[in-house]
Amino acid sequence: MHEWALAEAVIEAAREESRKAGLQAVTEILVKVGELQQLELELFQSALDELANELSEETVLKHARIILEPEPALFKCRVCGREWAFKAANLRADEGEAVHFAPEVAHAYLRCPACKSPDFEVIQGRGVTIQRIKGTK
Amino acid sequence: MTVDPRLSVVAKRLADVKRIIAVTGGKGGIGKSFTATVLALTLARLGYRVGLLDLDLSAPSAHVILGLDEGVFPEEEKGITPPQVHGVAFMSITYFSGDAPTPLRGTDTSNAMLELLAITRWGALDFLIVDMPPGIGDAAMDVIRWLNRAEFIVITTASKVALETVKKVIRMLGELQKPVLGVVENMKLRESSTVLDALKGYNVPFLGAIGFDTDLEDAIGNVDALLETDAAKQLAGIVTGKLGFTKAH
Repeated sequence: MHEWALAEAVIEAAREESRKAGLQAVTEILVKVGELQQLELELFQSALDELANELSEETVLKHARIILEPEPALFKCRVCGREWAFKAANLRADEGEAVHFAPEVAHAYLRCPACKSPDFEVIQGRGVTIQRIKGTK
Repeated sequence: MTVDPRLSVVAKRLADVKRIIAVTGGKGGIGKSFTATVLALTLARLGYRVGLLDLDLSAPSAHVILGLDEGVFPEEEKGITPPQVHGVAFMSITYFSGDAPTPLRGTDTSNAMLELLAITRWGALDFLIVDMPPGIGDAAMDVIRWLNRAEFIVITTASKVALETVKKVIRMLGELQKPVLGVVENMKLRESSTVLDALKGYNVPFLGAIGFDTDLEDAIGNVDALLETDAAKQLAGIVTGKLGFTKAH
């Protein structure tokens, strides 16, 4: 379960950020989840909730509501400028699994639909980022 | 705010790794991957628990030197566990990219390296050997920042062209106050003090030289044959000699 590893990262980062901000209790964490990484959202959510609760010695994240916000993946070709949306169905199962682990290897399997170039940019929807942490001081 | 959470977990992933040795050099083609791979294999044969991480994403090649079998893939268990390859826990982007050309720009390279560092569960290791991105560009600077406990071995050849860049790498590591275990001269063609002369004033140990080995190419991909080459034996001599890593089984 690769989702667990990323959930651990989110929880570690949320602890650091709440400490920096001087929060006594975190009430909400907004996590953007890029489509390209193809995380199983239910699995990711339950890993996050479990990890936040696990920190029994620290109460700072215990009552945090963790909200996942999916973000569609969009690409832009650096050669011809074409923009297009990611469709997981266009990848073989093994290619999809590889992109799930390391989204950048999309450059090995995807090509610009207009000019076939492998030189494209992931404009949005690459992976996991924390967008907001709310809490009380 | 936008926070990339992966950075926060890198130290935790490496918490049970005693020492991180990053093998670096100025240019491609000077034997950085050979040195990193054979260093990892040599330490494993000495009885240490060893990992090897190929972070040269523009030209990953440790898997070729190891002769990695097709179908070997990391196990997924709360992250990914690197497969044991010839006694070394080995992680590389090539598990995921296969042999397809994977053109990565600077940001992509940084993202892919950070992903590997964030999700790979190394477990308890005596050494993690890192095949660094060459030079002092974005990728190398990111790795130096993220692996803040790393100690460096710098590879060069006696070529003036290689030395020119290697001197900059050593100066840069010095300015960042990073420990340099020493410099290895690779592919030595003849007796000459060129490398030693070039290193005067840099205050880094010279670990030794590895001769140009015409048999090496035939042994690439065959670990047993590789470790029998003169080049590998000379490197093993540096490992147990100057570096002092001598643990017996």
